[in-house]
Amino acid sequence: MSEEILLTLLIVDDEEGMRLGVKRSLRKFSMDLDDTDEVVKLNVVEASSGEDAILLMEKSTPDIVLLDNKMGGISGIDVLHWINKNDLDLMAIMITAYASIETAITATKEGAYDFLPKPFTPAELKVSVRQAAAHLVALRQARELEKEKRRVRFQFISVLAHELKAPLGAIEGYLYLLRDGIGMEDPAVHDKVVKRSLVRLSGMRKLIYDLLDLTRLESGQKKRELSSIDVLESARNSIETMKPEADRRGISISMEINQDKIEMTADSGELEIVFNNLISNAVKYNRDKGSVTVSIENLSDTIRIAVTDTGIGMSESEVEKLFGEFVRIKNSKTRNILGSGLGLSIMRKIASLYNGDVSVESTPEVGSTFIVTLKKDIA
Amino acid sequence: MNEVKKVLIVDDDSDFRDQMEMMFSTRGYQVVAAAGRKEAEETFTSFTPEIAVIDLMMENDDDGFVLAYRLKKSFPECAVIMVTNVTGETGIEFPGANESSGWITADAILSKPVRFEQIEEELRKLGSNGNE
Repeated sequence: MSEEILLTLLIVDDEEGMRLGVKRSLRKFSMDLDDTDEVVKLNVVEASSGEDAILLMEKSTPDIVLLDNKMGGISGIDVLHWINKNDLDLMAIMITAYASIETAITATKEGAYDFLPKPFTPAELKVSVRQAAAHLVALRQARELEKEKRRVRFQFISVLAHELKAPLGAIEGYLYLLRDGIGMEDPAVHDKVVKRSLVRLSGMRKLIYDLLDLTRLESGQKKRELSSIDVLESARNSIETMKPEADRRGISISMEINQDKIEMTADSGELEIVFNNLISNAVKYNRDKGSVTVSIENLSDTIRIAVTDTGIGMSESEVEKLFGEFVRIKNSKTRNILGSGLGLSIMRKIASLYNGDVSVESTPEVGSTFIVTLKKDIA
Repeated sequence: MNEVKKVLIVDDDSDFRDQMEMMFSTRGYQVVAAAGRKEAEETFTSFTPEIAVIDLMMENDDDGFVLAYRLKKSFPECAVIMVTNVTGETGIEFPGANESSGWITADAILSKPVRFEQIEEELRKLGSNGNE
């Protein structure tokens, strides 16, 4: 279904015949916008003098104004000046009897969008109105998009601040205990206080690093060095990195591959981030003595990486929530697992650079499989 | 004879929970700690807290409020101190201490990290300004 955008057009002219002509020409006006399935329709209102036009515009701002210059009272340019002074969000089209350069220059200075020299045909009128409407709609959409971007950025920063405040507060709290010597008679308590402070600090560091990765990726500032890379090699490196933590909890990590070497054109740093995120999550959210399976498939033009764990899994609604920034599924089972909540956002951003994507299949209490697809040759 | 005061501490962040527990237990309080609203409510049958220190946002964003309300219903005499990380960045202003007006049934709201002196101060205020 296409959506209708109803714009109000105000025709300001002291000749009644002209106003009627414009109304008749635009009565069935309808315009499809190129990129969206929106249809623009017009609601035409009229004013027989500049003074009347201002009275009308004081009540409600039209979207397009067709403005005759030479009228009985104040001129079209005067009206245009008033519109400008009041900063109205509209497109003005000047109707000029004699296409005088002087009027044109003044009108342009006052922000007129277009000119219609008298006499004009209904077709010429429609073309001009069409252009003004398209321009106005595009302008408003761009403005809306910018506003939305600002809102998202603000939200991101507020959540980030909150995520940093939690560990900061925890460390501060421990420092107060140390300073005041509360509970410090027991060396085991002292050790625990120091150890926990360090754990929370490393969580903060991880959050900051993830944040830097994400902003570099989003700004496109990070220099990408694309070369031919063996995906299996990169996977093995990540497994090696996670091995100590996996061993500590009795979790086995295995690879499922049917080739000795799978090559693709990639930035080695990006590929490393993907594998590190996939494998460290599969270990973190696993049960003790569980297993992680890293399966890598070489499809015709795509590499499919699937990492399966035997962990706590997620319900359907949790999976749905997962794809936001800073989303960490908060429940009794994840309470003590540290994470920045940015890993998935980062992986998705990287996958999109390789025309691929990230998907999840999960069953609570059974485990999750995260699947990343990457196109082999993005050049 | 000094009666041992009972404190309920509820926070999903284990570090804050441990810190509060250390502060209270070294001062001779009897402490029960819970990591969430449900866990806290389960203690209601066996434990009668005189002071409760609860985190505002736990598994659900309003767990602290809900818990404070239920605590006050079950134990009207219990002093409820809400601790939060939220003020500041959201710009939400909570009513100050002793203004348990409206639907927030906490007696005091403090920002994290909380120092024991702050809690003592709030308890002192509650004691002197509280119901006769």
